[in-house]
Amino acid sequence: MKKHSVLKKVYMALIILFLYAPILTLMVLSFNEGRTMGKWTGFSLHWYEDMFADEDIMDALKNTVIIALVSAVVSTVIGTLFCLALPRLNNKVRSVFLALNNIPLLNADIVTGLSLMLMFVAFGITLSMGTVILAHITFCIPYVVLSVRPKVRQLGMTHYEAALDLGATPWVAFFKVVLPELRSGIFSGFLMAFTMSVDDFIVTHFTRGAGINTLSTMIYGQVRIGIRPTVYALSTIVFVVVFILLIASNIISGKSATVKARRKAES
Amino acid sequence: MNKRSFTAPYIIWIIGGTLIPLAMMFYYGLTDESGTWTLQNILAIFEPGNLRALWKSLLYSAACTVVCLLLSYPIALILRNVKRAKGVIVFIFLLPMWVNFLLRTMAWQVLLEKGGVINGILGWIGLPKARLINTPGAIIMGMVYDFLPFMLLPINNVLSKVPNSLTEAAYDLGASKTQVITKVLLPLSVPGIVSGITMVFVPALTTFVISNMLGGGKILLIGNIIEQEFTVGDNWNLGAGLSIVMMIFILVSMAFIAKFDKKGEGLA
Repeated sequence: MKKHSVLKKVYMALIILFLYAPILTLMVLSFNEGRTMGKWTGFSLHWYEDMFADEDIMDALKNTVIIALVSAVVSTVIGTLFCLALPRLNNKVRSVFLALNNIPLLNADIVTGLSLMLMFVAFGITLSMGTVILAHITFCIPYVVLSVRPKVRQLGMTHYEAALDLGATPWVAFFKVVLPELRSGIFSGFLMAFTMSVDDFIVTHFTRGAGINTLSTMIYGQVRIGIRPTVYALSTIVFVVVFILLIASNIISGKSATVKARRKAES
Repeated sequence: MNKRSFTAPYIIWIIGGTLIPLAMMFYYGLTDESGTWTLQNILAIFEPGNLRALWKSLLYSAACTVVCLLLSYPIALILRNVKRAKGVIVFIFLLPMWVNFLLRTMAWQVLLEKGGVINGILGWIGLPKARLINTPGAIIMGMVYDFLPFMLLPINNVLSKVPNSLTEAAYDLGASKTQVITKVLLPLSVPGIVSGITMVFVPALTTFVISNMLGGGKILLIGNIIEQEFTVGDNWNLGAGLSIVMMIFILVSMAFIAKFDKKGEGLA
């Protein structure tokens, strides 16, 4: 029994090593003074200074955030509206819509990206940052639907109807009764859309206009000419930010869960 | 709320963002440059170079899927029995998934490169340099690294929902540890395995980024061929034709997996 649990721990530790060794390597190298990857030549922070001074990186960072924010907001609105309307549709129409919703989820990214590019070009739309945003909204909506729909089903129509019976106007009922109940689903849909957009390379690669880079396309471009250590500094910062955001969102959602539980216990 | 008109923006997006683009893909794939209908772009898959690339893609993505499954199933089994701080441990396993995909792949390049970190360490302890990057092994390992969480997540979700009363009942009825896994947990986790396989197999089959970064552009997968037709080769019709072939392979593998899923549930 004892031997078994040691074996399990070793296995878990090995997998964790496999998962984190590459990321930790980048972090360590970001503090390396020299340019060579295989050799440690001394501690330095100058790659971080260079990174903040590097216009390409700052530009790519700005583009990434703008694209992710706009596509996450738009896809959250469209996806949520769609989920709200779903209960009103008859079963056949609904199942057709939900099947269509799965296409971008199951399709290969390369096909999604290329087919969007073909359409933009065929309709004479110049590739730009706008086309990237349109493309990102397309593959983000399904994720929003996936996380909002269960909440809408859970809520049902009764709350909304009760509010109307008590004299609320449809708008008041929607904003005061329905929306607060859906908040956690909408929030996680938004987060999902945002991360999918930030993480995307393939769709962006095919739908971006000349000279427009996100972090992903910038790194891909550097791979051919040799990666600069400023990118290691960048990846370290990305990792730390992601880590903090995830912990914060876990704490927030955990907190809201306990608040909800307490409210339930009191009522 | 719940107005039917709320579906309008969604419908517009489905038509404009999914259906018309896919139709364009088929149009390009089934015509030549002058716009006449032809099957030559589809049949181009039988050219030796393209066929080899497709075969390699199938081989590497199958290998990646098997390795991911073999690595993540034991993790999910162990996680099932973790009592303290389970959320934190699951979080540790899934955290790398949130780091940009390009950065993660780049990290392996840094590790495996000729003058990279692993060779640096090898040289430091007095061993000869090894050729690690630009090999099929490097590509498969990069795929496993990038897609492992996609396998672990669904399997872990399914396994952690299997109630303990079921396994306890099996033990009470005299089942051994192995029997509990093969006869109780494995059949019940088939849906998780199936969605894990699709989530790993499709991106691995169609990748061109990993093969480009860890294969040095020398090992061409079907994704690389398609990407090159659209960017360097400038033969969009051919690229679209090969994309259609790739989609057919995705659909066939999904149908196959879905069938297996039904069987599995029937057994359970």
